[in-house]
This record gives sequence, structure tokens and C-alpha cells, in this order.
Amino acid sequence: MSLGKRTLLAFVMSVFLLTSGVGLAATMKSVQIKEGALRSTPSFMGKIIAKVFYGDRVEEMASKNGWAKVMPAGKTQPGWIHDSALTHKKIVLTAGKGDVDQAATGDEIALAGKGFNDQVENAFKEKNPKMDFKMIDQMENMVVSDSRMRQFLQAGQVHPGGGSQ
Amino acid sequence: MMNAGRREFLRTIGQAALFSSGILPFAGFLSGCKTLETASRIGAQVGAATGVLTESQAQSIQKSGRAVARSFEEITPEQEYYIGRTVGARILQKYQPYPNRRATTYINLIGQSLSRASDLPETFGGYHFLIQDSDEINALAAPGGLVFVTRGMLRCCRSEDAVAAVLAHEIGHVQYRHGLQAIKKSRVTSAMTTLGIEGTKTFGGQELSELTETFEKSIADITNTLINNGYSRAFERQADSAAVTITRRVGYDPNGLVEMLKEMQRQLKPGRIDFAKTHPAPQSRIALVEPMIGASLWIPEARQHRFNIALAGV
Repeated sequence: MSLGKRTLLAFVMSVFLLTSGVGLAATMKSVQIKEGALRSTPSFMGKIIAKVFYGDRVEEMASKNGWAKVMPAGKTQPGWIHDSALTHKKIVLTAGKGDVDQAATGDEIALAGKGFNDQVENAFKEKNPKMDFKMIDQMENMVVSDSRMRQFLQAGQVHPGGGSQ
Repeated sequence: MMNAGRREFLRTIGQAALFSSGILPFAGFLSGCKTLETASRIGAQVGAATGVLTESQAQSIQKSGRAVARSFEEITPEQEYYIGRTVGARILQKYQPYPNRRATTYINLIGQSLSRASDLPETFGGYHFLIQDSDEINALAAPGGLVFVTRGMLRCCRSEDAVAAVLAHEIGHVQYRHGLQAIKKSRVTSAMTTLGIEGTKTFGGQELSELTETFEKSIADITNTLINNGYSRAFERQADSAAVTITRRVGYDPNGLVEMLKEMQRQLKPGRIDFAKTHPAPQSRIALVEPMIGASLWIPEARQHRFNIALAGV
């Protein structure tokens, strides 16, 4: 390849990288899980540096291997969170009538606490009093901490690449 | 709160959509949604042209057509969470929990480590695992990440890697949202219609009762599939394939899946209708996954030792 062509290619690539970077910086997303953690690195082994909660707005600054580096609104410290915890939709926690119409006909917003919610679950429980939701609540409290998980995997010599292949 | 006229109007649209979804042939899910939207648009245009509807009513129908032409993919993680909790409570009606703290902690350590390596590591309420006190060989996953495994199933596992394979298979069902896909399309349509009717935070009595009925039917759709009919062979293949990927990502040997299936083959008794009824035969599952994995199973001694202790007595 001639020097001229190489320079042109380098220029085109840097423009592409620059513009895609600028595009990412403007992306706003919402946390779509009950509670999540922002980590120092794009991995579940990364140190937890902050918590985020359902409906929190975050600005996506970068992405890597299914992880997003985000800055929560009003905060100064960014952190990494897995993409599956985020949605491009704006989550409206207290919906007005306009929000409902918009949610019913568009893809931009989602309504928190709408549709199948705790109110519906309670109505269901009243009709089905023998069903054991206490055990479900107990199940949800079974949460393994990061340090316990790390210790468990190390003690069992479970590490990526540790299988037969 | 919306006036009665508008409620009736939306209800009519919902019923029309339900009717359309019942009679239109669905070549595939996405094309089906498209068909429903198209049907709604054509219907509205015809209505406006013939003077039956006003122009604004026709526009509303077209809008609502978009609203009802939605699929399980529109069920938010929060709603999936509530569906999963109730499906979980139904599964607990089938088999009681097995009150063994050490074994329960052990499968949560394995399962939650695996869930982080899936393609859907974050769900609204997270992944949680429970052992059920039954000799039947079974494992079930509710939408959102509540996973249940019987003592009978754990007895088919001779190693931690085999337990990991069972749990990773169930995580695969959650990851691909197979449970939600068992909900009849008409239920999602119906829920969306009710949602369009009620705009305030708290549902009124009528809407709540409608939504609860839709909820109950959706739960029944899922539990009938999970417990009675089983998923399609294609979904089971997807879950087995996910199990190989997920176990390997964490560092377990995917041969654990083959080991477990061989043991299951030995233990499944003719006439027993639990797992055999809802899953492909172990032999055909082995034939599928064996080409995906390599050499024979090797388990470090420390891992095997803790497996023996944690599941002793199960």
C-alpha cells in the first residue's frame, strides 16, 4: 500500500473512532434491575464502587465485552455494569397519563410498577391463600457475596480454562 | 381514571386484536406481530373510510394496534420477576423444599457463580436456587432466575461439575426467556390493553381484577408447559448448549453434563413420568452435546471432597 493510501486509511479510521466515541458519550440508559453494582473493572470480579437502583439514569461512556462504563446522573465517579442490567428506555417510576399513552404506543419509555406488579401479586395471593410465597421470599434472600464466591471457586480449583478443554 | 367510553373503546380494540390473533395464521412470532399490526391498520382505515369511525378514533386504533402487537419481549424484567415469583410458588406446590442448609448454600454458590457467566447475568431479582424434597428426577426454572432442583435429580450427579451442568441448563432456560414464551400471545395482548386503560399508579377494582385474571392464566400457561408438557426439543437443545458454554466459561468441565445424563439414563425407571415426560431421552441429549465437548472428565480432589460432604444424605 502506498504512503498516501495508508495516510488516508489512518485518517478515515481516526474519524470513525472519534465519531463513534462521541456518539457513545451521549447515550443515556436506565437501570432495569432492582439493585445493581458499579464495578472498577468490566467483570463480576471487579471491586464494587457504588450501588445503582431501579430507574436510575446513567450515561454510557464506553463499552467492552458486554459491559458498559457508566456515569450515574449527578455523580462524578463512573463504574462498569453488565449490559443486561440496563435498558435504553427511560423508566418512569411515577407515571402520569401521558406516560401511559406513550408507553403503550412507543419504545422510548417503560413504566415501573405497571402491569404485573405487587398489587397483582397480592390480589393473586388473596385468591390462592395456600401458595407459599414466604419460601419464595426466603429464596430471594439467598445471596452469595463476591468474596464468598471467589473463595469457593478458588478452593475448588474452578477457574476459566480449568476444564478438559 | 379514564372515562367509561374510552375504556369500552380500548376493550373493543383489545378484543378485536385477540380475535385477529386467533384467526390469522402465524408463520413465525415476529411475522405474526407484524400481521396483527397490519390487520389493525387496515381495519382502522376501512372504518374511517366507511364513516363508522371518526378520524381520531381510527388513529387511536392504529396506535393501539401497535400497543397490542407486542410480544413476550415487551414484558419488562420487573414484570418477569413477578411472574417468576408466582411460577416459583406453584412449583413449590408440587414438591416441598428440602430443609438442608448446607446443601442449599452449596447449590447457590455453584448456581450464582454460573449465572454470572450466562448471557443474562443480571435479572430484576437475581438468580436463586432451591432443593426440593422429592425422589422424582426433575429441575425447573421460573422466569427471572428462580431455579428448583429435586433431590432425585441431585442423586444423578456424581460430581460438582455434574451439578453445575444441571443448574447451567436451567439458567439457559432463564437466559433465553423460554418460560415467558409459553405465555399465550393473547394474554400479553390482554395485559397491554388493560395497561392502556388504566393510567394511575394504583389500579382500580375492575382493571386489577382483569389484570389478575390475565396474570393467573399466564402463570398457568407457564406451569402447564414446565410441569406437564415440557418445552420443545429445540428449547431443550438450546438449554443444553447454553449449559456447555456456561460451565466452560466458569471453569467447570462440560463433561459433567454427559456424566449426569448417563447416570440419569440408568436411574430413569420405565413408567416413571416425571422428567422423562418433559425432556428428550438422555441418550439423544448426549448425542447432541458430546461433539461440543472434549476429553474425559477430570475433577480436582478438593472439589470432589467438598461435593461429597455438601450433598451427603441428599
